[in-house]
Amino acid sequence: MNWLLDLTPDEWNAVRLSIKVATVAMIASLPPGIAIALLLARGKFWGKTLFNGLVHLPLILPPVVTGYLLLLTFGRRGPAGAFLAEHLGIVFSFRWTGAALACGVMGFPLMVRAIRLSIEAVDRKMEAAAGTLGANPVWVFGTITLPLILPGLIAGAILSFAKAMGEFGATITFVSNIPGETQTLPSAIYTFTQVPGGDEGALRLTLISIVISMAALVASEVLARRVGRRMDIE
Amino acid sequence: MSVLVDISHRLGDFAIDARFESAGRLTALFGPSGSGKTTLINMIAGLIRPDKGRIEIDGRVLVDTGAGIFVPRHKRRIGMVFQDARLFPHMSVISNLRYGRWFTPAAERYADMDSVVELLGISPLLGRRPAKLSGGEKQRVAIGRALLASPKLLLMDEPLASLDEARKAEILPYIERLRDETKIPIVYVSHSVAEVARLASDVVMLAQGKVTASGPTEAVMQRLDLLPAEERGEGGAVLDTKVLRHDETFGMTVLGSAAGEIRVPRLEMKPGASVRIRIRARDVMVATEKPTGLSALNILPGTIVAISPGEGPTVEVGIDCNGATVLARITEQSRQALKLRPGGKVLAVVKTVSFDRANTGAGLPLEADG
Repeated sequence: MNWLLDLTPDEWNAVRLSIKVATVAMIASLPPGIAIALLLARGKFWGKTLFNGLVHLPLILPPVVTGYLLLLTFGRRGPAGAFLAEHLGIVFSFRWTGAALACGVMGFPLMVRAIRLSIEAVDRKMEAAAGTLGANPVWVFGTITLPLILPGLIAGAILSFAKAMGEFGATITFVSNIPGETQTLPSAIYTFTQVPGGDEGALRLTLISIVISMAALVASEVLARRVGRRMDIE
Repeated sequence: MSVLVDISHRLGDFAIDARFESAGRLTALFGPSGSGKTTLINMIAGLIRPDKGRIEIDGRVLVDTGAGIFVPRHKRRIGMVFQDARLFPHMSVISNLRYGRWFTPAAERYADMDSVVELLGISPLLGRRPAKLSGGEKQRVAIGRALLASPKLLLMDEPLASLDEARKAEILPYIERLRDETKIPIVYVSHSVAEVARLASDVVMLAQGKVTASGPTEAVMQRLDLLPAEERGEGGAVLDTKVLRHDETFGMTVLGSAAGEIRVPRLEMKPGASVRIRIRARDVMVATEKPTGLSALNILPGTIVAISPGEGPTVEVGIDCNGATVLARITEQSRQALKLRPGGKVLAVVKTVSFDRANTGAGLPLEADG
């Protein structure tokens, strides 16, 4: 057991960084994820199919392509990257924030899909009933729609987190593999497999990776069940 | 309080073109399914925007398509009870009840929790989840939730339609209390003659998106020809009566009406209480002279005011019994044999046992059981 927990500082960094990146990616994705899921579930607008395809693009493109596109847009000299760095002081290239961006983008279609399905399952008659009781659309969303889609939100968030924990291609293409800054668990494992005698480290990080992912999955199950029981939906 | 609706609207092949005005305590929108009554009530609630027209509640314009006015549903202060209750599944009963109250300006709250809970008999349910309630309990909570928003008008969209007879009997008395003990005017959608006759002060009758008759219940319910086919057998006169006394020996109650005394199976109500009864036209026999050797107990003298053809071999005879009109459905053969014609003096004969609970709107179920 000892050899498993006896991590080198670099390995610890990779574990901590992975959890940080995945958590930030998940939380930052939620608001736009909910907004776009709402738009796709209920919006009626020209070009919806195209828009839907765009949202799903990271799922079907090779991750390296997504990473390269991110590099072009959000890199130092990319249009969005330059703007954000200049006006808001947010830099993505070769920073952990860039890793979070790449992970968030890669997990986004999964999150949107889960939330969208739960929004489509909401009985809109409930919302109409809340409206007749005096709740304006914002209140209706906050007090009726949001609680009713909570299981879908949890599922979407966990999918995004799990995807972020495993993201490799887009991250390494966009922000490279810098220990302590952008070296997440998958990058660290990859590095171990590239050096002689790195098998032990790779195996350790692999096991840790499995444990974290399983823990996230179990936590979401427990949470979803508790929400479900509280709601007692017929 | 008055409700004015004057709209025209198109839904695919179906066109609604309806105008009515009512100032009644409980106005029933009555008609067969597909007549447009639910669409109308949804327009009053603000859930459907009419193509054209005007809706006013007590002079307050809610919709005027000409002037571009459409008050959104959450600003209308109109409570709605849906056929399917629509309780919020993620909230307890008490949270459901409090929901609407929250959005009502404090100065305009007139309904208080304790009296609503008492009125509807829902205090044992407060801590439960909607999923754990029976259909009748859900509907009572839904009524309470709408009331606690202190609405200016209460809409009820077939609140009993999805319930079985026992549950209906459980809720009807509460709706009567609502009508009699609160000041909120009610617009009630129904396709059941029994419900309308028992509850409504005014009726707006609809067919195929058009108003075919409207006015006080007693008058509108006389129009048997307007009733939907499947409800025609239920049609008949509606009389407002008072309990005169109980006949303990035979377990009957004697009601006083304009037409005279009417004996019905015992009602657990105090003398002096108001009872509205419905005498189905098919339950009324017509005699030209006082019958002897007849078991029927209610024999009401009157004058024929109208004879109109009914379905198949029947005719419908309207008999004015001292101001109250009783309807009788008899065969054309009998009409000819008895030489009945308007102006003729006749007797309307009604069996006591033809009054069941569905047509003597009587008290709470815990007090009366038949």
